[in-house]
Amino acid sequence: MQISVIQFPGSNCDQDAYHLFATGLRAPTKYVWHKEKSLGDADLVVVPGGFSYGDYLRCGAIARFSPVMGAVRDFAARGGLVLGICNGFQILCEAGLLPGALIRNACLEFRCVTCELAVQDSTPAFNRAALGNSIRLPIAHGEGNYRIDEAGLARLVGNRQILVRYASNPNGSLDAIAGVRNEQGNVFGLMPHPDRAFERFHPSRDGIAFARSVLAARFPELVRGGARQSA
Amino acid sequence: MKILVFVTPKKNVLDPQGAAVGHALESLGFSGLKSVRVGKLIELEASVADTPEFRTRLDQMCRDLLSNPVIEDFRYEILPHA
Repeated sequence: MQISVIQFPGSNCDQDAYHLFATGLRAPTKYVWHKEKSLGDADLVVVPGGFSYGDYLRCGAIARFSPVMGAVRDFAARGGLVLGICNGFQILCEAGLLPGALIRNACLEFRCVTCELAVQDSTPAFNRAALGNSIRLPIAHGEGNYRIDEAGLARLVGNRQILVRYASNPNGSLDAIAGVRNEQGNVFGLMPHPDRAFERFHPSRDGIAFARSVLAARFPELVRGGARQSA
Repeated sequence: MKILVFVTPKKNVLDPQGAAVGHALESLGFSGLKSVRVGKLIELEASVADTPEFRTRLDQMCRDLLSNPVIEDFRYEILPHA
């Protein structure tokens, strides 16, 4: 198993994401600089949080045109697993790899708090049986207010593409949506940070189970032993 | 020539910034505002002729990067002698 964490200028959660997989899940993990045109061997590509390209124009709008994003797009089209966290989620939405868009929090404040998230039954590996009814993950964002048109929302619900909903909506997201997947079930994105929820000193260790449920889309054996146990 | 690209939040998309600016204007005593929406103005300068091909390219620029069609609308004005 090989995990690749993309680094853009302005990424600031690349190391958090690296350690979630390298330390939390003990998986071989490497960084991929945004100028690379190829991902090499990868089973999961992580697009980490931060402020890529200063979030100029719109969050994620410029990062989408990085050379590496062409490779990420091809990788996803071949069925490769992609996970976008926070700014990474915004980038995947801008790139059209995930539906919808993220706008300014309705409260206009930057929200930095540990949130309770209601787990949705989305995939054979990402569901309440594997993760429990709710998990706790921290958020830290000013633009996490998820938006999609009515038809798009109906598709998300109909295809079970919603991964997690906020128990108490911190940012005004439509339908309290905190994370979604694509229709095919290989591209995942969320505003909360599983990469800040795996160490003993973190407010929660649910990030490990979350990451396992994402990886289990290709490695089903990962959730057999119970996704809630930490590595 | 100069091109002014106006990017605005779609009518049915919540605009928290606009709402906040509206509240601030009210607190300044400017009552009677029905709504306030905040968008962007992007100025481009081009040294090419205003041809149908250029308009097509301009539409493409606006759709692919300058605006996000999920949440924003765009329009532009071309000022030939600016």
